Amino acid sequence: MVVYDKYEAVIGLEVHAQLQTNSKLFCGDSIAFGALPNTQVSAITLGHPGTLPKTNKKAVEYAIKLGLACHCDIEKDNYFARKNYFYPDLPKGYQISQHTTPICKGGFVTIKTNGIQRNIQLNRIHIEEDAGKSIHDIYDDLSCIDLNRAGTALVEIVTEPDLYNSEEAYQYITELRRLLRWLHICDGNMEEGSLRCDANISVRIKGEKKLGTKVEVKNLNSIRNVKKAIDFEIKRMIEVLEANGTITQQTRSFDASNDTTFAIRDKEEANDYRYFPDPDLAPFHLSNEYIHQIKNALPALPQERMQQYQLQLGLSEYDAAQLCDEIATAEYFESVIAYSKHYKAIANWMFGPIKQQLNELNSSFEKISLLPKTLADLIEIVEEGKVNFSIASSRLLPILLKENIHPLTLAEKLNLIQVSNNSELEKWVDEVIAKMPDKVLEYKKGKKGLIGLFVGEVKKLSKGKADPQKVTVMLEEKLNKV
Amino acid sequence: MFSFTSIEIYQQFLLANQDGCKIAVNHYLSVIEANKQLNAFLEVYAQEALAQAADLDAKRAAGNRPLGKLHGVIVALKDVICYKDHKVSASSHILENYLSIYNATVVEKLLAEDAIIIGRNNCDEFAMGSSNENSAFGAVKNAFDETRVPGGSSGGSAVAVQAGMCMISLGSDTGGSVRQPADFCGIVGLKPTYGRISRYGLIAYASSFDQIGIFAANIDDAALALEIIAGNDAYDSTASQQIVPNYSTQLQSNKKYKIAYFTEALSNPALDKEIAASIRLFIEQLKADGHEVEPVTFELLNYIVPVYYVLTTAEASSNLSRFDGVKYGYRAPLTATDDLTEMYKKSRSQGFGKEVQRRIMLGTFVLSAGYYDAYFTKAQQVRRILSDTTTTIFKQFDAIIMPTVPTTAFKIGEKSTDPIEMFLADIYTVFANLVGIPAISVPLFKHSNGLPFGLQVLCSHFNELSLLSLSKRMLELKK
Repeated sequence: MVVYDKYEAVIGLEVHAQLQTNSKLFCGDSIAFGALPNTQVSAITLGHPGTLPKTNKKAVEYAIKLGLACHCDIEKDNYFARKNYFYPDLPKGYQISQHTTPICKGGFVTIKTNGIQRNIQLNRIHIEEDAGKSIHDIYDDLSCIDLNRAGTALVEIVTEPDLYNSEEAYQYITELRRLLRWLHICDGNMEEGSLRCDANISVRIKGEKKLGTKVEVKNLNSIRNVKKAIDFEIKRMIEVLEANGTITQQTRSFDASNDTTFAIRDKEEANDYRYFPDPDLAPFHLSNEYIHQIKNALPALPQERMQQYQLQLGLSEYDAAQLCDEIATAEYFESVIAYSKHYKAIANWMFGPIKQQLNELNSSFEKISLLPKTLADLIEIVEEGKVNFSIASSRLLPILLKENIHPLTLAEKLNLIQVSNNSELEKWVDEVIAKMPDKVLEYKKGKKGLIGLFVGEVKKLSKGKADPQKVTVMLEEKLNKV
Repeated sequence: MFSFTSIEIYQQFLLANQDGCKIAVNHYLSVIEANKQLNAFLEVYAQEALAQAADLDAKRAAGNRPLGKLHGVIVALKDVICYKDHKVSASSHILENYLSIYNATVVEKLLAEDAIIIGRNNCDEFAMGSSNENSAFGAVKNAFDETRVPGGSSGGSAVAVQAGMCMISLGSDTGGSVRQPADFCGIVGLKPTYGRISRYGLIAYASSFDQIGIFAANIDDAALALEIIAGNDAYDSTASQQIVPNYSTQLQSNKKYKIAYFTEALSNPALDKEIAASIRLFIEQLKADGHEVEPVTFELLNYIVPVYYVLTTAEASSNLSRFDGVKYGYRAPLTATDDLTEMYKKSRSQGFGKEVQRRIMLGTFVLSAGYYDAYFTKAQQVRRILSDTTTTIFKQFDAIIMPTVPTTAFKIGEKSTDPIEMFLADIYTVFANLVGIPAISVPLFKHSNGLPFGLQVLCSHFNELSLLSLSKRMLELKK
């Protein structure tokens, strides 16, 4: 029997995020996903003789944004370095990266697991260009190279070995991806490879200070797979140690078909990449003003907003978290609260009928055309009792999502204004009581649950316009008197 | 019979001759043909040049004005400058049949001013060499004495101007590759400030040293060519934003300069005695012309060649990695058992010549873990010290003069067995590239052995105007 509890795992993650710049890191080629192979390749991307790189300033700005959002120190004196190695999908024979001066140092990402909040320490964030793709499974005896991706701007976010289980890794990547999307700097799509993760995993006896031999797992194309791969590796390594084996330092790949990992290469003598400053690119200095400018333009971050929503608006953690999952949602919410104080109702509307109907329309909060003021007005007439919620959401909202019209005007036009006038209500209530003497008797005998049935009948009779609360009160009064 | 003295006089000739460009092109084509044995051209664009000459002649006849500043000027390019849809091989087998898919910025600028590009010039492979014996397509011969080298690496471009096969030519200068052959061939060879001319489209040897340079028969032509090809470039972030003066119209030949010379440079035991004596004599002539000329001690002289070779080979080892047989250029024939590594090894071993391989290995070594600090970092530190020292000198002086090369042109084969000796001959020229300042070799002297040699003049960063003005004055003094 293997004693897993004796051990603890130590995990470090390296995440590569493709920046959503319009063009590549060092030339004007497009970076759109899905283009035909080798169609987004200028002489510069192809590394033709005599070509030179020119830095895309937007990529630098994006890296700084992420660094500031992760509480990093921003390096002011930067240069790009060449990482030299030969591979067919690396057209220049070197990758332009950063070496001794990553643009962002230190910092952390805050995660919550099992209700406990913890800061995962970062080592660095640096900018580099992506390589192309080698495709080995088209022909038996040939490899194909697609250089569309070559030169795309990436940031690599490297944690310290500061994660201790797969759940933390899961939460870390989820949070990092939320940040990247929040800042509009990466679409976070792991399936398309715009977000990629390598995990460095080791295990040691609890209490031990020294790190165990690490294994690097690659090819993790979803957050779920990162979790699965870590769980598999931890178990595998513990079993090796328990059987008195030794862990080999190696690179492994995750096999999503059976949730296991397999060795792709033993860590040969460390590759000598012969880093040196790229002489084709002048070193670049970032002024304090420039960094401040970016800092000031940074949107309030998700965790900050979640806290505000809970403390200042009294929302539940669940609602706050839902609102802060995407920046478009949070921003829409904030644009509505400028017109309405019914915070809870806004959240309910957003994640109830609006979300559902947006999905049906194949739309989203990013593209929503319902004006914040209109939603505020709609909520207002519901809260005031002028239209009831179910009518508002099923009859008014679908129209309001397409047309800009005042909800009250629309409700009047469609004759959907709720009736709360006592004499009109009384008519319907009396009619229902008269119509169902058996049920009234049962109610009188104590089957109080039947009240719902009576209310439903009134609703039917009134075509939904009767104010259900008033109807209930009136029914109870009358039934007790009968 | 067509004869060329300067671009200005040629352009007057064109205004008077309806088919002047055609006459000029035909003349140069025949001179090129007659001097084939010099091996200065790898390829001549005869038909294109004739067609373009006809266009330009028609343009003039139609009264289209203004004419391009290089209207009809016959230019040759060193085989490291990319010209769209034309071969560019860096005189290497690895790029033997490679066609450039774009224009270098300098080519765009030349064409925009109606220059006629007549061909591409032989050079040392990947601009590595000081004798033009390292070309994969044979050595270039000095037109003064065909048993001697023309210098390198831009030997073909120097000989093209020397032997009257074009009006001006463009070379590249990483450690003297324009000035040294200009010295050996008795012509003007200008290396501008690092970053003065865009490097986009120049096949890189050592990126932080490389600069396109100009060969010309006189200073005015060099000045005109410079003002056209210099300037910033969206494709080269190391190209300077500094405004380009109209050098050709602003040369002043009556200004008096404060000139320094390095004591160590003139007392260097490797320096030919007659060259040293000629320069000392010329110093007196400069003084008599009203310039102040003073000795300055420069103790770093012996460090500059080692520093140069450490840093340039480091950069070259990386710059030349792209020639891997994968995307373009030479790929060795492979056997069924050859893997990827074999493809790289065979393609690069067969494609690159010995000198290029030597420098790639040297550069790989100085960048490798364990040796990096001792070589690369140290050399960078010395480079910084050299820059600081140079800045101090230019606080007190307008220019520095020194020999361009320690000897006159040597015999073909004389030094090709000893690379170290060949490296040491670069002692006077690599300095300007290490600190990035502009320098020129001015053809002032003739040796008793019959061969020409020049004087090297150096000025501070972006001070080409002083450099060219002073050089022009020197040539007048020697008349």
